[in-house]
Amino acid sequence: MKRSVTMLAVAGVTMVASTAALADVVVKIGFAGPLTGPISHVGKDEQFGAQLALEDANAKGVTLGGQKARFELMAEDDQADPRTATTVAQRLVDAGVKGVVGHVTSGAAIPASRIYEQGGVPSVTPSSTTPKLTRQGFKTTYRVIANDLQQGNAMARFAVDVLKAERIAVIDDRTAYGQGLADALVDSLKQRGVKPVGREFTNDKATDFAAILTKLKAAKPDAIFYGGMDAQGAPLLKQMKQLGITAKYLGGDGACTAEMIKIAGAAMSPDVYCTQAGIPMDKMPAGKAFNERFTKRFNVPVQLYAPYSYDAASALIEAMKLANSAEPAKYLPLMQKVAFKGVTGNIAFDANGDVREGGVALYQFNAGKWEVRP
Amino acid sequence: METLLQQTVNGLVVGSVYALIALGYTMVYGILGLINFAHGDVLMVGALVALEAISLLQTHYPELGLVPTLLAGLGVSVVVCMILGYTIERTAYRRLRNAPRLAPLITAIGVSFLLQTLAMIIWGRNYHTFPQLVSTTPIEPVAGVFITPVQIVILVVSAVLMIGLVLLVNKTRLGRAMRATAENHRVASLMGVDTNKIIAATFVIGSALAAVAGVMYSSNYGIAHYAMGFMPGLKAFTAAVLGGIGNLAGAMLGGIVLGLVESIGAGYIEDMSFGFLNSSYQDIFAFIILGIVLIFRPTGLLGERVADRA
Repeated sequence: MKRSVTMLAVAGVTMVASTAALADVVVKIGFAGPLTGPISHVGKDEQFGAQLALEDANAKGVTLGGQKARFELMAEDDQADPRTATTVAQRLVDAGVKGVVGHVTSGAAIPASRIYEQGGVPSVTPSSTTPKLTRQGFKTTYRVIANDLQQGNAMARFAVDVLKAERIAVIDDRTAYGQGLADALVDSLKQRGVKPVGREFTNDKATDFAAILTKLKAAKPDAIFYGGMDAQGAPLLKQMKQLGITAKYLGGDGACTAEMIKIAGAAMSPDVYCTQAGIPMDKMPAGKAFNERFTKRFNVPVQLYAPYSYDAASALIEAMKLANSAEPAKYLPLMQKVAFKGVTGNIAFDANGDVREGGVALYQFNAGKWEVRP
Repeated sequence: METLLQQTVNGLVVGSVYALIALGYTMVYGILGLINFAHGDVLMVGALVALEAISLLQTHYPELGLVPTLLAGLGVSVVVCMILGYTIERTAYRRLRNAPRLAPLITAIGVSFLLQTLAMIIWGRNYHTFPQLVSTTPIEPVAGVFITPVQIVILVVSAVLMIGLVLLVNKTRLGRAMRATAENHRVASLMGVDTNKIIAATFVIGSALAAVAGVMYSSNYGIAHYAMGFMPGLKAFTAAVLGGIGNLAGAMLGGIVLGLVESIGAGYIEDMSFGFLNSSYQDIFAFIILGIVLIFRPTGLLGERVADRA
């Protein structure tokens, strides 16, 4: 925390120097994420991403309502904890921030989003992927990364167009996550004219899948999709092999983990695929240049979601430019009209506040690890 | 037909593990009238201790073959579970033997939580990969039915242990003392049976069976973690009730029936209900069967003794 304060102070000094001694209007943008604890590296990364976006806007010069705006970042530590997140959100609202980049984790983003809604402050998350976040009916909640439903779409597209699978069976664990993912996949398959050859269910504590797999085997599937976590996905994959099922295995980000590889062991093969929200940096249109600038500015390379955080902050600034005002009441309605080319791709939002073209990366297991498919 | 046969095999494998665990429930109930809810967690401890022992052996004695390693791991786990079973009986249940029936029941639930929490502290919340020392690659399919060597081992070992237990109870001195204690432990003690020792022995035997079941369960699925005992424990308890709690043959029959019902239920429930129900009702299906059996035979499939116990 202390370090980030110093960092901000340094940033503040450079900003003052670069924007000369004009009587600028200060526009405070909030950032909230875990800046301490086990995933503080992810939080810091996103904080720097937002910071860079604001500095770029200041360098270019943004005029709002005839006055030159100077953006400042106010970073708060939510420790990825739901309760701390609400406290931090309230602090940001009380400090009069005009918009918020955050939160980093879904567990923190959901409770915090209510506070921003009540305070009328727009918030854009760079990395929370649960569909629930943008389905609460809040007008102030936005996201620049693909949600879990978009993962389902991406997997359906891949299975049909690339793998040429015609007989796809679907299993899910009946959790909000697993079911959401599987339903999205099934809907997307139907739009492509593919009807699943089987739809089975289990639960997130199960270990035995022999019965449902045997049933699916009779339908002779080319591929089996599992919507759920690695702890069930891995035994499920093993039991597929034990029952002599040769279908390809498709999973969501819950199965796109190192844990999956560890538990499934010898059952892993290049026939195992999974999706992950967000695309790796070298696949982003402006990823390489961004990484170079980022590394030069902060002396650390991009960890993970900094480009998304950059785009989240840019989305807020774009809406302010459209409204010619930094007042949330004025620019919030124009968030829907935002359309620009960000670091991660095209940024424009749908009615829920989700990014329209959310990138999803597809991974294939190969030689002991997950490899991104082009 | 192929599918039905495969489902039957699936059901038999799961069912024989349930049966083995159910024996532990039913023995304790038969003798004490106590439902030992911690039994499923003894299974979990068995699996995790075996995992620990096998990992140690693999690092320090890698030249030891697969089967000796597994047997050594199993041996350690059985001994640890026997000690654990004895300790649970001695510290948690013996003092409450003459207390109202609710007290030991609540204590049993408490012991279950205690074991789970301790395991969570020792082994963490993560799923562990259990070394699969017996092959899980299916053998050449017969009539389109796939079965793996580890599943064959499960079927054989369960059958041998069940027969062994029945012989122990019916043919040995210890068995006679156990039956006498179950009948009426006060009278049995008047006849010179050391009932404390017999009850302790029951817990020790039940825990050993749970350890074997735990190791087989984890060997089959390749995973182990601190909460793994809950579901099989619950299912085995159901199996014991289904077969007639307190009755050894009933527990075995109940386990096998439950395994088959689950497997075939999950496979055919959708067709049977004309698409109204689906496999998310797999567990419920087993309980519906239990309900129906208990309506027509309140003492379970083979149970006769429950009436005079209750």
